Amino acid sequence: MKRAVTIVFTIIVAMMTTIAFAGETLNGAGATFPYPVYSAWAWDYNKITGIKLNYQSIGSGGGQRQIANRTVDFGASDAPLKPGKLNKLKLYQFPAVIGGVVPVVNIPKMKAGQIRLDGEAMCGIFLGTITTWNDKIISGLNPGLKFPDKKITVVHRSDGSGTTAIFTTYLSGICSKWKDKVGAGKAVKWPTGIGGKGNEGVANYVRRVKYSIGYVEFAYAKQNKLTYTLLKNPAGTFVKPNFQSFQDAAASGKFDPKKHFYLWLTNAPGKNAWPIAGATFILLAREKRDSNINTVKFYDWAFNNGDKTAKRLVYVPLPEALKDKVRGYWKSHGIY
Amino acid sequence: MRVLLRKNPVDLLFLTITAIASATVLVLIAGILYVLFLKSSLAIEKFGILNFIFSTDWDPVRQIFGAATTLFGTAVTTILALFFAIPVAIGTAIFITEIAPNFMKGPIGIAIELLAAIPSIIYGMWGLFTLAPIMAEYIEPALQNTLGKVPLLGALFAGTPMGIDLFTASIILSIMIIPFTASIARDSFNLTPAIVKESAYAIGATKWEVVKNVILPYSKSGVFGGIILSLGRALGETMAVAFVLGNNHQISSSLFHAASTITVTLANEFTEADTDIYLSSLFYLALILFVMSFIALAVAKIFLLRAQKRYSA
Repeated sequence: MKRAVTIVFTIIVAMMTTIAFAGETLNGAGATFPYPVYSAWAWDYNKITGIKLNYQSIGSGGGQRQIANRTVDFGASDAPLKPGKLNKLKLYQFPAVIGGVVPVVNIPKMKAGQIRLDGEAMCGIFLGTITTWNDKIISGLNPGLKFPDKKITVVHRSDGSGTTAIFTTYLSGICSKWKDKVGAGKAVKWPTGIGGKGNEGVANYVRRVKYSIGYVEFAYAKQNKLTYTLLKNPAGTFVKPNFQSFQDAAASGKFDPKKHFYLWLTNAPGKNAWPIAGATFILLAREKRDSNINTVKFYDWAFNNGDKTAKRLVYVPLPEALKDKVRGYWKSHGIY
Repeated sequence: MRVLLRKNPVDLLFLTITAIASATVLVLIAGILYVLFLKSSLAIEKFGILNFIFSTDWDPVRQIFGAATTLFGTAVTTILALFFAIPVAIGTAIFITEIAPNFMKGPIGIAIELLAAIPSIIYGMWGLFTLAPIMAEYIEPALQNTLGKVPLLGALFAGTPMGIDLFTASIILSIMIIPFTASIARDSFNLTPAIVKESAYAIGATKWEVVKNVILPYSKSGVFGGIILSLGRALGETMAVAFVLGNNHQISSSLFHAASTITVTLANEFTEADTDIYLSSLFYLALILFVMSFIALAVAKIFLLRAQKRYSA
């Protein structure tokens, strides 16, 4: 009997200390894309401050809904909300990290970075008007390469996603036909192709189906060594998807704190900017000043100390100038 | 009431608890139906009923939604899956009940039930990594070279074989529903009174004749009920299909094309449905599926009841 009491007592004490030790918790929900980097940052942050971050990667749409209903401390979204909507929902918004989308192909014997594509070619392929790889437009861009006379299979995301939003915004920007016929969004009415679930679904289909082309997040393409293509940007350069070209895109983008940083980073004007980049955003409820200060503290810490972690996980950190702009935005709203 | 009062208090308590338990089920079903209806009312208002069901548009950018493409995918995969599964399932059931020696009945029966216990996501992954490449490289090209050459029928097998299409999804689904049909068919066959079977054998009927003329007619309703139950399962299957169907909102005449079903659409698009009408349309799809499954199960119940009545009579 005495032993039983001791055991129960020990358990209770253990539980109480855990609770006491857990301290503050920040609750966030939203985009799946930045989840790995947020949780890596949260791990380091927790070791230093004892503050825990509980981030649920339920998707950007869910993140927007949850912060609109004020059930979390912050929401995360791959797609920026327009200033009008932010005012209506009484939200703040700032970018946290840069990501981007990379076209990947499966053509036997073709290596990563060999194929050059431009807006016209991408537009035709995804609209279904360019149907074979030896099409004049594609071979015209790649004088040294010999393309097979094979049908192109387009692979796209089947689930709604920020990746698709960035990609279709890019297509809408370079191709008026796409803009009129399909448009941009997290899920669109695809004119052609098959749909894979998630980045891994698209990557798998591309790997499985010969002569296919798809699009995945930069990190996913890099970690899985997929055969990416070069893309022509608005400045006329054929660029490679790498940290440098993404940061160039971010640096040349005109983020405006007055518009709550509402900006699609696609087709950025920089000379070496990758054309399909995008920032992922954090949403805060304007009236929750205390929890906002805590959230901002976390992201400020991440801006100062998290670049290395981000790069290790193949996320592109914000350029320093943009970080300062974000800090200024926090200050002007009294949460920094 | 008087009957209740006469019982002893423990019995009364027991009665109340069980009554509450079963009432919970009814309340839950009514609640689900109510919520589905409430959430989809916006879409019902905007798109109507027939217009929604027959519209092939599914355009999240322009906020125009219709159920025809997903209903098509659901119907085709379900019907094809039943087409593949029923002969195998009934054959298995006949083998277990009538033909197999006693020592084999147990293991085969357990193996079938184990098929039902495999989580559907595992079927999906197996389908994507193992079955789809086999389909794409061997089976689908072979079908194209044989049946695909037949006029009219050939249209069913047109297109590039990728292994990620209606055909592969239906085969996965059929494997998943075989256990349901097979175990209910087996139970129905076992309901056939031994005396009837023995009489048939006594007048010189062969095994085939007994199965064909005695057992199958006798257990017709039960087997049919089992088929409808598997139909309900096939209608609602999500993960396995999501892996191999290609998830595209389109209607095509070829079985080698990607498509989408109601449940797959829900699983894929719920998280990022960011406008009210989009979300409401997804709920509307769910409502349609709910009603479809409800009707299927009701029909199954009627047939099973008829089978039981015949047995007791």
